[in-house]
Amino acid sequence: MKPKYLAIPYIVWMGIFVAAPVLIVVFYAFTTADGGLTLSNISEMGRFLPIFVRSFELAFVSTIICIVIGYPVAYILSREGARVQRLIIMLIMLPMWMNFLLRTYAWMSILENTGLLNSLLTALGLPALQIINTPSAVVIGMVYNFLPFMILPIYSVIVKIDKSLYEAAQDLGADTVSVFRKVVFPISLPGVLSGVMMVFVPAVSTFVISQLLGGGMVMMLGDLIDMQFLGSAYNPRLGSAIALVMMIIVILFMYVMNRFGEGEEKAVGL
Amino acid sequence: MAKELIRLSGCNVAFDGDIILDNINLCVKDKEFLTLLGPSGCGKTTTLRIIGGFLKPDSGDVYFDKVRINDVPPHKRLVNTIFQKYALFTHLNVFENVAFGLRLARTQNKKIDKHEISRRVFEMLDLVSLKGFEKRDVASLSGGQQQRVAIARALVNKPKVLLLDEPLGALDMRLRKDMQNELKQIRQAMGITFIYVTHDQEEALAMSDSVVVMEGGVIQQVGTPEDIYNEPSNAFVADFIGESNIVDGIMRSDGVVEIFGRKFKCLDGGFDPLEPVDVVIRPEDIDIVSSGKGKLTGTVTGVTFRGVMYDIIVDFHGFKWLIQTTDLCPVGTEIGIQIDPDGIHIMKKSRFSGMYGDYSSYSAEYDDIGDAELEHETDDKDSITRNA
Repeated sequence: MKPKYLAIPYIVWMGIFVAAPVLIVVFYAFTTADGGLTLSNISEMGRFLPIFVRSFELAFVSTIICIVIGYPVAYILSREGARVQRLIIMLIMLPMWMNFLLRTYAWMSILENTGLLNSLLTALGLPALQIINTPSAVVIGMVYNFLPFMILPIYSVIVKIDKSLYEAAQDLGADTVSVFRKVVFPISLPGVLSGVMMVFVPAVSTFVISQLLGGGMVMMLGDLIDMQFLGSAYNPRLGSAIALVMMIIVILFMYVMNRFGEGEEKAVGL
Repeated sequence: MAKELIRLSGCNVAFDGDIILDNINLCVKDKEFLTLLGPSGCGKTTTLRIIGGFLKPDSGDVYFDKVRINDVPPHKRLVNTIFQKYALFTHLNVFENVAFGLRLARTQNKKIDKHEISRRVFEMLDLVSLKGFEKRDVASLSGGQQQRVAIARALVNKPKVLLLDEPLGALDMRLRKDMQNELKQIRQAMGITFIYVTHDQEEALAMSDSVVVMEGGVIQQVGTPEDIYNEPSNAFVADFIGESNIVDGIMRSDGVVEIFGRKFKCLDGGFDPLEPVDVVIRPEDIDIVSSGKGKLTGTVTGVTFRGVMYDIIVDFHGFKWLIQTTDLCPVGTEIGIQIDPDGIHIMKKSRFSGMYGDYSSYSAEYDDIGDAELEHETDDKDSITRNA
């Protein structure tokens, strides 16, 4: 007998803290202060189009950079000895054990106009860069914070690829490049896919990073929603509508990605 | 058949101080079916991996068609391998798995055109009876079918040599027998060299032109299946190939050996006078006569019905022999035995003397359990060299 009743606490938890809030958000998004149904919250969305575009754009750029940096790291790591792998994995996760705000403050002091980076550049006789309070700073902050979430899923797929597949490919005439191109890469795609999910989704809705490193100049959806609930523009119904629209776009995005990756899913099953 | 195709010359492999291969010298002839046989961990897979190019010997040379190939990487060797667990590409369907090598087209430095690829893939799928499976996902196939995909994938490249690493190990008994026949037929159809690794002595005897028996990283004997069975070179080979009673004997003169104080005629000679030797007597070569009429008299202590015959355990002077007979001799019966001169095989003493050939603790179950454990333990050793 499967002890199904052990799942009850979690189901209750999910009901109270996941399903109910989503329903509340939907309710708020479609109602007015006096309880009447309305679409005006949704129709106001047009105003925020630039912020939607910027959020998805920066999240997209960050995700791509995470893939470009994370994939080689995951691949090279998977080929190391078990001890090196454990050590590096720990080092990759180490920053995550440090407080998120602290890490972002640290980046502020690195990227500031008179910060570490610019002091270094000046010392080398190079021109200083204006990075803080620009979209670049936000992207740097997101890549830094979300990179482990790209590396780990890719790594865990690649490391599970049976070593005999490498040998089989070599045996059939593949050199190192072909082994990667025709075997490792296609099999690792599901890992890339889950990495994309784990980076893109939080990146779209991030708000602390954009506030601290963007200095209010780079407003993203997270900041916008934040303002409707806790900030100056107090309007929870509009905030709910923005959150709802963002969620729908993200769900659509995930659906498309999953369809795209369906053919590869089976490879993970191994 | 006579032409030499592959030669290993003085190959040594050690890993972490463990000697895996100890001075392996081996010649594989063109179009031969050669089997590397031995218990797991004996070095047979390592030897195969050297030929495939996945492992470089620490010292010694590998020749292919008289050309030294130590430094030729696997993808440039005219050899294809069927791996132990097939190593099929799970992200590709059956057709693409088989087409993999053709799409890489290493042999002629140009692309093979689409029609040619599909013609050759279908030809191979036909050969391994997998017509109609080309669109299937390899994970959805049974073990036997995956095996066939692996065979087609290797053979489609028209290798000169096919290396097979325990290819039937994962299949059940009946399927194994079918695949043995099928592999033999495929080899005849293709007319290429097979180098086959197995720990199953029956399989080795049934399929090979020549058998290389290995143990402890050392080649113990090379010969035809008949040679290996009838003229084992030492107690290890005698015990590993089939069932054997191995007893201490003393050569009285050429053609006469003394066992348990009785003289037996045999066909072997060339030993020193009074030289202690190992004597192999196969269980099926022993004739049972009524007690008192035989050279030796013993008591039956165990009987196992095997279908075509009985395995009986007989106690001679405290040493238990296995005898295979069609006559029922109940436990407790006193019997006499006769052995024809050609049923006695004399071997020089070796480091294996005294380790094998006594049936004191014999039981079928015990045998099976023992084997499985051995296999497990030493599989790990093999995988160490693989990762090396």
